[in-house]
Amino acid sequence: MLTAVLAIFVLAALAPTVHRMTPSFSHWLLALVPAAITVWFATFLGPVGAGEVVTQSIPWIPTLGVELAFRLDGLSLLFALLITGIGTFIVIYSGGYLHGHEHQGRFYLFIIAFMGAMLGLVLADDIITLFVFWELTSITSFLLIGFNHEDASSRRSAVQALLVTAFGGLALLAGLVLLGIAAGSFTLSGIEASGIDIRAHALYLPILVLILLGAFTKSAQVPFHFWLPNAMDAPTPVSAYLHSATMVKAGVYLLARMNPTLGATEVWTITLAAFGTVTALWGGLMALRSTDLKKVLAYTTLMALGTLVMLVGLGTEYAMKAYAVFLLAHSLYKGALFMGAGSVDHGTGTRDVRELSGLWQKMKITGVFIALAALSMAGLPPFFGFIGKEFMYEGMLQAGTLGLLVVAGMVIANATMLGAAGLVFWKPFTGQPSEAAEHAHEGGPSLWLGPAVLASLGLALGLGAIPHEGLGEGLLGAVATSLKGEAAKVDLYLWHGLTPALGISVVTIALGLGMFLGLGGVKRGLDGLARASRVNVDAAWDHVLAGLNAVAVAVTRATQTGKLRDYMVWTFTGITLMLGGTLLLRDGILLPREMPETSYLGIFMAALMVVGTIGTILAFSRLAAIVSLSVVGLSIAMFFLVYGAPDVGITQLMVETLTVIIIVLVLAKLPAFRKGEDGTGGERARNGAIAVAMGAVTTAILLAVIAVPYELDLTRYFAEQSYVGGYGRNVVNVILVDFRAFDTLGEVTVVAVAGLGVLALLKARMGRTRTGSQAGGDQP
Amino acid sequence: MMHSLILQTATRMLIALMLVFALFILWRGHNEPGGGFIGGLIAAVAFALHGLAFGAKEMRKLLIADPRTIIAAGLATAVVSGLFALFKDGGPLPFMTGAWYITYTETGEKGFAIGTPVLFDVGVFLVVVGGIVAMVQSLMEEH
Amino acid sequence: MEIVMAFVIGIMVAGSVYLLLSRNLLRVLFGVILLSNAVNLVILTVGGLTLGLPPLIGPEAKVLEAPYSNPLPQALILTAIVIGFGLLSFALVLVYRGYQELGTLDSDRMRVAEPCDPAEMPAPVGEPAKTREAA
Repeated sequence: MLTAVLAIFVLAALAPTVHRMTPSFSHWLLALVPAAITVWFATFLGPVGAGEVVTQSIPWIPTLGVELAFRLDGLSLLFALLITGIGTFIVIYSGGYLHGHEHQGRFYLFIIAFMGAMLGLVLADDIITLFVFWELTSITSFLLIGFNHEDASSRRSAVQALLVTAFGGLALLAGLVLLGIAAGSFTLSGIEASGIDIRAHALYLPILVLILLGAFTKSAQVPFHFWLPNAMDAPTPVSAYLHSATMVKAGVYLLARMNPTLGATEVWTITLAAFGTVTALWGGLMALRSTDLKKVLAYTTLMALGTLVMLVGLGTEYAMKAYAVFLLAHSLYKGALFMGAGSVDHGTGTRDVRELSGLWQKMKITGVFIALAALSMAGLPPFFGFIGKEFMYEGMLQAGTLGLLVVAGMVIANATMLGAAGLVFWKPFTGQPSEAAEHAHEGGPSLWLGPAVLASLGLALGLGAIPHEGLGEGLLGAVATSLKGEAAKVDLYLWHGLTPALGISVVTIALGLGMFLGLGGVKRGLDGLARASRVNVDAAWDHVLAGLNAVAVAVTRATQTGKLRDYMVWTFTGITLMLGGTLLLRDGILLPREMPETSYLGIFMAALMVVGTIGTILAFSRLAAIVSLSVVGLSIAMFFLVYGAPDVGITQLMVETLTVIIIVLVLAKLPAFRKGEDGTGGERARNGAIAVAMGAVTTAILLAVIAVPYELDLTRYFAEQSYVGGYGRNVVNVILVDFRAFDTLGEVTVVAVAGLGVLALLKARMGRTRTGSQAGGDQP
Repeated sequence: MMHSLILQTATRMLIALMLVFALFILWRGHNEPGGGFIGGLIAAVAFALHGLAFGAKEMRKLLIADPRTIIAAGLATAVVSGLFALFKDGGPLPFMTGAWYITYTETGEKGFAIGTPVLFDVGVFLVVVGGIVAMVQSLMEEH
Repeated sequence: MEIVMAFVIGIMVAGSVYLLLSRNLLRVLFGVILLSNAVNLVILTVGGLTLGLPPLIGPEAKVLEAPYSNPLPQALILTAIVIGFGLLSFALVLVYRGYQELGTLDSDRMRVAEPCDPAEMPAPVGEPAKTREAA
């Protein structure tokens, strides 16, 4: 499985080169790899359908316990097949659709990388791996949506999609980590096997909310739905892929994955059912209002996503089966419809349904497959979409009162699908050819192959023409099993007697037909509704972003004053508070129990240091300050000598000398101290307070350190080994050049860099003229 | 540059003494107080003194090589001293492991000993001299 | 002695922080010198202070016989002093060059990187703000 994912990423990296070498049929070549992987995954149909779960695990970040763990069960296999299978056709389709586009190679790179990310996501068993792939899909989809980056609206949509899904991604990460902590395992299988009931855990609610935020943003549930229709700015193959098999399905996948762990509680059921139904209704109604073919389809995707979320939420046995069936049905027809819509756009130059009619004469092939897919979307027998709808109603009816409420909403939502199906097929293809249809032309095989296969599959599955043990019942049963966490079986059938579900279906179809026939009226009604409600999340988005920008600007203005000493004030205040706070909160204030011995010589030096320090602060002239500093430095040197550190003492002495030399060299060219340049009285008082606080904290820390016994292991080692191992009697020097020679090498490198830095600052003036050595200089 | 006759005369006498002393400090550093850092600083002070008395040009002449070359030579010496460990008996030891050449007298007393840590200290000496003289010299040339 | 030094170091740190908060960069520089001196003393003090007794192994001995001054802090301080000097020289030259180019030692008036006039508002909503051209 790792090989499969890696192969796709490698393919992505190679794609631009392949395209450059064989521009005219690169898409066929590139599609071979996902096709092969699809076939490879298909070989698992038998075992997985029989209930087997294939796993693979490779240590990734062993120190953190993060593994590249993969797992293939029914749910993963269905998704993997959809991703690679539809992906194959998408790659082929892009070749025809983007033919001659200057960045076609780059496009292949993005979309194949996206495929790899999505595949990794659905195969991941380790939840950190899952999250990494989750974020990868956000990033790659950002690149894809913003593919036409010269277009401002594309850029806006891409950023919007990225921000919304990345926001959700952050929430998801927090949720997954909490989940891992609560369950004591960071693999999905481990969490399921742990036997810990997360639902009863104290962290259940936070985990639930965070994971739902992640899933809802990704799967565009109301109120995070706005990015999805905007993402239509992407090239059509991207839309087809994003909507049918990938990206938005990631959230739905995650919910299904989490169902055995988090599901079947009241919160879960009601939240998911409510959000799902509202999203489905909203999507369905908005679809009818739209005139752009792609927008219509985008809103129907919202409807499908809402439906899937709702089904996971209901959690009844039939709902689980319906999830499996509807997921597959939707992927098939949505992929076909988007590609078909793209072909119409490609052939006529417009996607506006108001300008399209009578295309049938010119685009028969596309028309046939759009019709097949649209019928499946409409949920009419004998198509697979119909079976999906039957299961859906059955599942809702099982869910009691809540289910009845949901049914009411879903009847309308499903009816709108019929209307939308009419919009995408009936309206453009029948009737008198419009102006746009006059010069329409059919695309090449790369443009209709995808829709053909996908739409036909929808019909074939509906008729039961495909052996059910394999692709049909076996796989879908395994999917339902993954969802429920216990064995489940799916029997696909078209006719199942006179059941309530069938009755609801009939009502739905009637209502849908009515909607389509009275489309004008429905639209007017919806427009009125939209005006009345004035809910425009998309516009609100702009306000939120503008607000964020304003806050950022205000914060920057307040904190980034551009004044060095303001930053210093913040820094020192922060350090003082953190150190002092830690001392206070952790009982860090310790006093040495016994008074260590003192010496008069030492106290004399210490007194000189204090005098020198005070002198430096109070010095009214630069020379006085330097002399005071020297007093400090020299008394420290003497202190070192007295306290058994002759090497350090001599070093300090030499450095003191050099310091005075270089300061004096520069001093002549700098202006003298002036009165009042140290700030107002208030500022000086503030600085003084910070300084005293910092000094006090330092003293407190030192006292605490002195109070605990010294740790002398290392010192003892040096004392014993210095001569025996290092052949040196001066232990300090042996430490410097032998025991810690590597450190010393680093330290002399710093000296070297400082020397060269000074040289560079003074010698290399980047071609500027020297601005005189007189005090004053030029103004910048 | 300070045109002080006393300073110039004193410096002329001191400079040789200081430089020899610096080398002496470097050499004995392994067993007595001293070493590359201290020796280097003393030498740097000597050069700075010379510069103050006679000017940057004279100082540069006394130094023979460009300070940058000295820095480079010092760093190279230090790094090379660490490479000996790779070829020592007993297989490649970690970088910077000390390697010693020691002669023993007939009675088994330790005689002459030299090892890579001493070489390393020479590198430190050179870097310190080069680095500080580079600073002092470029500041002096500002005048 | 360690307790005395704890207070002396506290005073030196306070003094250096006060200087670091000045507007005049030369005073800031003096603060840097004072701070590095204080820190060196900290290292020596927390390693324990022993009067006399440098860590030298006697001519007859093979190991350093207690009592002795702790050699480890000394080794650390020794390099710290030299590096501190390197840092100081570099900072001093930076201040000097800054004065040459900008004509002031007042850090408040050195505003090349962050000019007084707030830059124009970031680009509006949705669009990533254009990277501002380097000043």
